[in-house]
Amino acid sequence: MSERTGFAGWWDRARAVAMLPLISIVLALVFGAVLLIVSSPLINGWDPLLPFTAYRALAEGAFGSVNGLVNTLVNASPLVLAGLAVGIGFKGGLFNIGAQGQFLAGALCATIVAIALNSASPLVAIPLSILAGMVGGLAWGFIPGALKAFTGAHEVVTTIMLNFVAIQLVSWVISGALRGTGPAVTFARTDPIVAASLPIVVGRSGHLGLLLAALAVPIAWWLLFRSTTGFEIRTVGANPDAARYAGMHPRWITILTMSLCGLLAGLAGATEVLGEVRYMPASYGTTVGFDAIAVALLGRAHPVGILFAGLLFGAMQAGAGLMQSQAEVPVQMVGVLQAVILFFLAAEIIVRRTLRIRTAGTGVSSELQTVSRSYGEQASR
Amino acid sequence: MEAIYGIPIIGLIVQFVVYFVTELPGFSGTIVAAATPIALGSLCGFMNERSGVVNIGIEGMMLTAAFVAWWAASIAAQLLPNIDFGLLGITLPLLIGLLAAIAAAMLVSAVHAWLSISVRADQIISGTIINIFAVGITGYLNLLISQQSPPSAGRFEEWRLPDFISDLPVIGWLFDALLGVGPIGLTMLISVVVLQVLLFRSRWGLRTRAVGEHPKAAETVGIDVIRLRYRNVILGGAFAGLAGAYLTIEFGSAFQGEMTAGRGFIALAALIFGRWTPIGAFGAALLFTASTGLERSIRFAAPEGALGEFLTGIPLQFYSALPYLITIIVLAGVVGRSIAPAAVGRPYERESKAA
Repeated sequence: MSERTGFAGWWDRARAVAMLPLISIVLALVFGAVLLIVSSPLINGWDPLLPFTAYRALAEGAFGSVNGLVNTLVNASPLVLAGLAVGIGFKGGLFNIGAQGQFLAGALCATIVAIALNSASPLVAIPLSILAGMVGGLAWGFIPGALKAFTGAHEVVTTIMLNFVAIQLVSWVISGALRGTGPAVTFARTDPIVAASLPIVVGRSGHLGLLLAALAVPIAWWLLFRSTTGFEIRTVGANPDAARYAGMHPRWITILTMSLCGLLAGLAGATEVLGEVRYMPASYGTTVGFDAIAVALLGRAHPVGILFAGLLFGAMQAGAGLMQSQAEVPVQMVGVLQAVILFFLAAEIIVRRTLRIRTAGTGVSSELQTVSRSYGEQASR
Repeated sequence: MEAIYGIPIIGLIVQFVVYFVTELPGFSGTIVAAATPIALGSLCGFMNERSGVVNIGIEGMMLTAAFVAWWAASIAAQLLPNIDFGLLGITLPLLIGLLAAIAAAMLVSAVHAWLSISVRADQIISGTIINIFAVGITGYLNLLISQQSPPSAGRFEEWRLPDFISDLPVIGWLFDALLGVGPIGLTMLISVVVLQVLLFRSRWGLRTRAVGEHPKAAETVGIDVIRLRYRNVILGGAFAGLAGAYLTIEFGSAFQGEMTAGRGFIALAALIFGRWTPIGAFGAALLFTASTGLERSIRFAAPEGALGEFLTGIPLQFYSALPYLITIIVLAGVVGRSIAPAAVGRPYERESKAA
């Protein structure tokens, strides 16, 4: 088939790229439906129509009202930011499992500054707190980057370890130095964030973080595909040896990429704590950092793809509440769906063969070839 | 002795060692109990990574097994007679729970094996999928099942050592701590020793190491790389199954959502710290949980004097973070480097036979 140009060509490419993710989503929904029917006797008696009730409630909760839509966006924005943090890592040949830790480090640093500036003007407190969050995340991303560049320690292991270190760090700071004293504080948490709490821009809960996430997508796209740095990141990701031969410095690019990933995940943490939670608990229960891996894979590590994937996962999380209250299906169903979507994406060769899809090889696997295959190569660096 | 305490740093270290050694018998039981699931998880990782497959899904496999063990034992307790074998608290329902947990974890491992060996998907993504799926499915089913508040099937009992062993001077407590465990704990101890011997002294061990380090060379001398990898990964799942079952039918007797709480990742850390050997991983698991034991002992019985001030001055969270920090340091090669099997993470592609 000859390549079409203009809008038709763009459409062809979009279809080729989106085909497999869409099929994976449909297959996951089918799997979910089977699971729902099989487990329906445990919910409210045998009910073969449960999938329809459940999925309808899920969709209604996510898109059925203005509040639902805003909720979708609120849930999606940290996923998009953290998804970019994982996705840019993929482009640079790095598997960033540490978005969770970078998210927490960002949230923690943002909180420290926000609490310190609690009586300052919002015009000062907000930008400084967000900046602190980005710096915190950057630092947490810099560590595994530097370790990989200079000692060869694989980032998959170091970022997993740093995730747990971050949990303890948050617990120490929040239950110690930053523990709140106000009347609202009934467990180990900080006082409410006042001055630095992000203004609402849309609906009941749509805070400024939505705009930041929306801004981050084009910036990340420009950075990756239109800037010299992005070209270097992608070259190092595709072939570090070729990059070195071309006069680039893979070590520094690795550190830069990881730091950039950390910065984005830290921003996600900052907006979440300043805009959504508005205080910081000592044990911050979130799975954003892990969901972000799924978002980045579903979005094929491309900023636009990550935006759509983040919106989808955000919608599922926003609708899960209504699904639980209306159809009595536990919210954990959403986690199952996310995992199954990933499963079909990972098994793309099999899906392609079974369904006889012949689209261009735009798979996640091709992006990732240099990532986990380097796992055993620490010594040879 | 008192004179040594005068010298600042050395004095502190000596004081610390004395404190640690005197406190150790007191909390050694907790250390071994906490180390058991971690060591078992490490054995799962060991079976995978030594034959060249990354497994970051140990956490998910353990969580699945923990849930299945509890659920299957509970169902069996409702349907079957409660036959007591009169040994270590082993009853028919618990035995069924244990076998179901092992089967479930092996099934999850089989999916991991299929994705990473046959489909040649990214092995780290496969592990991530297992982790996300396990949290979702166990949380989902647990919520539905716990609405009907099913009866618990109880749990295995620890082995009570004969008095003449526990009463041995100086080392009696050591036997007591190591061997005073339930059937799963004992299985773990035996497996660690057996796998260590097999790895370096048997045909299977040699082949596994060959497949993990240089699969192409292994294939040239007639080893079926694909088959060996499948077998090891699926067998490794059995250890994750034991680890999960330990949490719900030996250490405790109930399931809670996300109850593995990062143990699968500590197991990965222990494997790395133990340089990919069973004994090393077991030692690392003990060392890691000792830091938790130390935290507890400092909280309840802090030493006196300068050492006490120093130890209580360290945030308690530091002890919890210690295993992870140590792993990073070891991996970075600052203190004795730990190196992974060379072929870990690479799917093996057979050279085409048609040519």
